[in-house]
Amino acid sequence: MNITGEDLILACSAIGAGLAVIAGIGPGIGQGIAAGHGASAVGRNPGAQGKIMATMLLGQAVAETTGLYGLLIAMLLLFVKPLIG
Amino acid sequence: MNEAILMSASAKDIDFMVHGLYKFELFGQEVWITTSHVCIAIVMLVLVVFSVIANRKLAHAAEVPDTFQNVLELMVEKLSGIVESNMGSHAPKFTNYICTIFVFILVSNISGLFGLRPPTADYGTTFALAVITFVLIHVTKWRNQSFKTIWTDMCSPLPPWLPLWLPINLISEIAVPISLSLRLFANVLSGTVMMALVYGLLAKIAIIWPAALHVYFDLFSGAIQTYVFCMLTMTYITQSYGDEE
Repeated sequence: MNITGEDLILACSAIGAGLAVIAGIGPGIGQGIAAGHGASAVGRNPGAQGKIMATMLLGQAVAETTGLYGLLIAMLLLFVKPLIG
Repeated sequence: MNEAILMSASAKDIDFMVHGLYKFELFGQEVWITTSHVCIAIVMLVLVVFSVIANRKLAHAAEVPDTFQNVLELMVEKLSGIVESNMGSHAPKFTNYICTIFVFILVSNISGLFGLRPPTADYGTTFALAVITFVLIHVTKWRNQSFKTIWTDMCSPLPPWLPLWLPINLISEIAVPISLSLRLFANVLSGTVMMALVYGLLAKIAIIWPAALHVYFDLFSGAIQTYVFCMLTMTYITQSYGDEE
């Protein structure tokens, strides 16, 4: 079986895509921390649930961005194939 | 059995890309009308028809509202409530803009449920929205703060006569629309890709249960991202007023 240069690049792109989505670990931990603190905040002050919820969701969405960048890199490597030119 | 199912589907059944429909030349450039344009047109048509009907309805608003009028009043109240609680005294100027993008992004995200490819899963759409926000932020900023304040702000950790930090602050300004648009884009795209994978690779066993995934990816994620986009827009605009009050 002959492996051409293009095959090699495709295989490496797939590995790279897998590595890129490891970026999902960080946002996972961050969102978990935010949700945990949100829960304890509601426990301490149930009256402010609406505000706490809004703040928590906003913080989580911002924290999520880095993970999404990893996802985008993976998508680019897999479907747009910028390295095969 | 699982293996047989997975083997029977191939990569060409997976389809979540934007497709070109019609090509024409404009100033020597190739310009494509794509599926995104069609989906945006459909979303806009739905919104325009809804608005016209709502307008007709509210022209003869009843003292005791019926169901439709109740829904309309609830929507408007909730939306302007969100803007009010985030922007305070600046709210009246921006309520129209925020509510418009809120409804547009929400309907776009949810349109995945009706078989469209969500227009917000195209980077062109989200980037346009983010650029509008960026322009609004900067127009507000230059109108309400003096040049000196902005300059001091841009050199911020160091004193204003030593603009070493200026390039880094400029980059962080430019990062605002990019991160704003990429967040929305990547979230909606990931949902679209997941659904395409489910329907493409598991086509034979994808009966009824994908509905649960639709609830998460289209409804929940779409609504959250809409909310976040509008919240961040409001936060940035409020910030750009400075703290003179």
